[in-house]
Amino acid sequence: MLTGYFDEMHGKSGGKAAEVRAPYAKLKNWVQAMPVDLRTLKQAEAETLFRRIGITFAVYGEGGDPDRLIPFDMFPRVFSGAEWARLEKGIKQRARALNAFLVDVYGRGEIVRAGRIPARLVYQNAAYEKACVGFVPPKGVYSHIVGIDIVRTGPDEFFVLEDNCRTPSGVSYMLENREIMMRMFPDLFRENRIEPVDSYPEKLRRTLASVAPAKCKGEPTVVILTPGHFNSAYYEHSFLADLMGVELVEGQDLFVEGEYVWMRTTEGPKRVDVIYRRIDDSYLDPLCFRPDSMLGVPGLMDVYRSGGVSICSAPGAGVADDKAVYTYVPEMVRFYLGEEPLLNNVPTWQCGKADDQKYVLEHLEELVVKEVHGSGGYGMLVGPKASQAQIEAFRAKLREHPGNYIAQPTLALSTVPSFVEEGVAPRHVDLRPYCLVGERVELVPGGLTRVALTEGSLVVNSSQGGGVKDTWVLAE
Amino acid sequence: MLSRTADNLYWIARYMERADTSARLLEVGSRISLLPSAHGYRSEWDSLLQASGMAEGFAKKYGDPVQRNLESWLFFDRDNPSSVASCITAARENGRIVRTALTAQVWDALNSAFQELRTLERRERSSLELSELTDWVMRQAALLRGAIDATLLRNDGYSFLNIGYYLERADNTARLMDVKYYVLLPRVEFVGSGLDNYQWTTLLRAMGAQRAFHWAYGGEVTAAKIADFLILNPQCPRSLTTCVAGIANHLARLAKAYGRQTLAQDQARAMLADLEAESVERIFDEGLHEYLSRFIGNAAALGGAIHEVYLSGELR
Repeated sequence: MLTGYFDEMHGKSGGKAAEVRAPYAKLKNWVQAMPVDLRTLKQAEAETLFRRIGITFAVYGEGGDPDRLIPFDMFPRVFSGAEWARLEKGIKQRARALNAFLVDVYGRGEIVRAGRIPARLVYQNAAYEKACVGFVPPKGVYSHIVGIDIVRTGPDEFFVLEDNCRTPSGVSYMLENREIMMRMFPDLFRENRIEPVDSYPEKLRRTLASVAPAKCKGEPTVVILTPGHFNSAYYEHSFLADLMGVELVEGQDLFVEGEYVWMRTTEGPKRVDVIYRRIDDSYLDPLCFRPDSMLGVPGLMDVYRSGGVSICSAPGAGVADDKAVYTYVPEMVRFYLGEEPLLNNVPTWQCGKADDQKYVLEHLEELVVKEVHGSGGYGMLVGPKASQAQIEAFRAKLREHPGNYIAQPTLALSTVPSFVEEGVAPRHVDLRPYCLVGERVELVPGGLTRVALTEGSLVVNSSQGGGVKDTWVLAE
Repeated sequence: MLSRTADNLYWIARYMERADTSARLLEVGSRISLLPSAHGYRSEWDSLLQASGMAEGFAKKYGDPVQRNLESWLFFDRDNPSSVASCITAARENGRIVRTALTAQVWDALNSAFQELRTLERRERSSLELSELTDWVMRQAALLRGAIDATLLRNDGYSFLNIGYYLERADNTARLMDVKYYVLLPRVEFVGSGLDNYQWTTLLRAMGAQRAFHWAYGGEVTAAKIADFLILNPQCPRSLTTCVAGIANHLARLAKAYGRQTLAQDQARAMLADLEAESVERIFDEGLHEYLSRFIGNAAALGGAIHEVYLSGELR
């Protein structure tokens, strides 16, 4: 039994199990009334459904079965309407500030001039695209889908773990988890008034269409650009294309001619106005970035800069979600919006700073250390869970390139009851909501809850054995 | 529709039809080899591999045609791009790429075929009967075909699938018939003998067309009747005429939908006109093998035109 953590159903763990927080009230009977064999049956049913839809996830670099399923935990994670309202405000605020920052640093750079963020962190950042300087994308939006990873440590304590301004993935799980829960447990949805999330694809399409370039007259043609079917998130790309009713293209399907981008169709070339790309900046255009890229479109950046096509997220957006820049997001909120941040950052030590580095090296056993440019739980040290040997190996790497690392305290992530082999037990969770930024700033009530299914584990990444849950927001 | 999507759909159909043919070839081969023929089963299998264009790869890997090796080669071997396993895997992979252009039922048929194939591959080879394998392939092909016909939108994608099916089938029918040529080549005097008829019947049986043939023609099985049935008769679902008419029909639909005629339509119409004006006598005068070779060449050229116009993305 995990102790000392905030459990979202029962409050402080170790407290009386009889106590149930209001949002979870109706789930108590549901789980008590479910016999073990029914549970097993439902779990198998869910797995069959997932496999049938083909929603699988290939783990980077692990090889093995490319059709592996992400474990789905049927016990939902629930927010009250009031809790969500607060989160929503904070998320939107943050998404606005991040976009204002991007427009600024590719423009006059007021925030740097004002000395609120070190110039080095911005302009010498690997994610800072010099090719984008002086260009303002339509509606002044760089990051159209902002995925903000949030953890909880108490009833009112929420922290942002990191921002994802480029192409956050996982939204297909948010939608499919809900579909499957509704199919398997319709009664639950009758008893609880749960806000729907299925408008996401339509909202996404509207957001993308709203940032069509000025040269586009009439209904814009939107496409999703995928690296191809070998990519681990390919399922999501095709799923979204399908639900939005837009073409899913690869680089080879597009070409540049005149001032526009065209796609190759059976009827001849068709003009493309908005590209929701799911490939990295460096692969977008071999003429501008990596010359060896087979995934991109030669000449794309020229068309982009002359206003012939919109790219979402805009090239260069990555400078805002860099883990070293992350520390300054609250400062961005104050600077651009003149507001106090509604969502807090996790206290963070920059290993590039001498004082911070000293502290981190002395406290490796209790900290989480992350690579600044890493993702997906790789290149990461969870001090309290690591062996002495792992800590020493990490210490050496850190000493060599201190600027590549940040450290954070090991947070007491909240838990949610989950179905595990022994029955129902608390497991740590995080949350990734997907904020849409276009003409409007929108958020569907929900997100992706990831759960660390291994007892005691704090790593929720699907590449590290994490699972997913349906995330409910109750109507007030 | 994206040219690449059209290309994937076209290849789903071609690969599935090709898997079906490889299974049928296996059946023809094993039946012919059961014959107490004058020149032994080796040359029978050899002819079969020649006709299917898979002889070279087989010789390189296995050498002499031994029944068990032939089964491996035609069914399981991933080194053979036309083996059942290769084709089903490729069809499913093409399907995975264009999931959004398929209905759940069509994807299910493709995916189930692939999953079951993996189960078959794990089974002890000695526990697998040849007839079980060939029946299984034909069933999977039929399930996919059924799902396509029952659930898919009749749009341009549907036409590209059908064009793939018909083109592959035309090529396969021609090649299966050509097996006869290779089998009989060493002994021309067999033509018209009892042995000859048995082989023709086996061929019909492998195409699942034996009953249909008897309904359509009745009486004695002759080479002329069979050639008429498999080449010219528009009632036979595998005849060259049926296949070319199918291609021409779907190309005409595309031309109408897209509002333009291309060289692909011209070529298909010309091939159909040729077939309609053809007679069995003239085919035999030319020589069956010569006729079929010419047809296979024309069909390949038509495939090339379809690729150039619709699938390559080069259309302006």
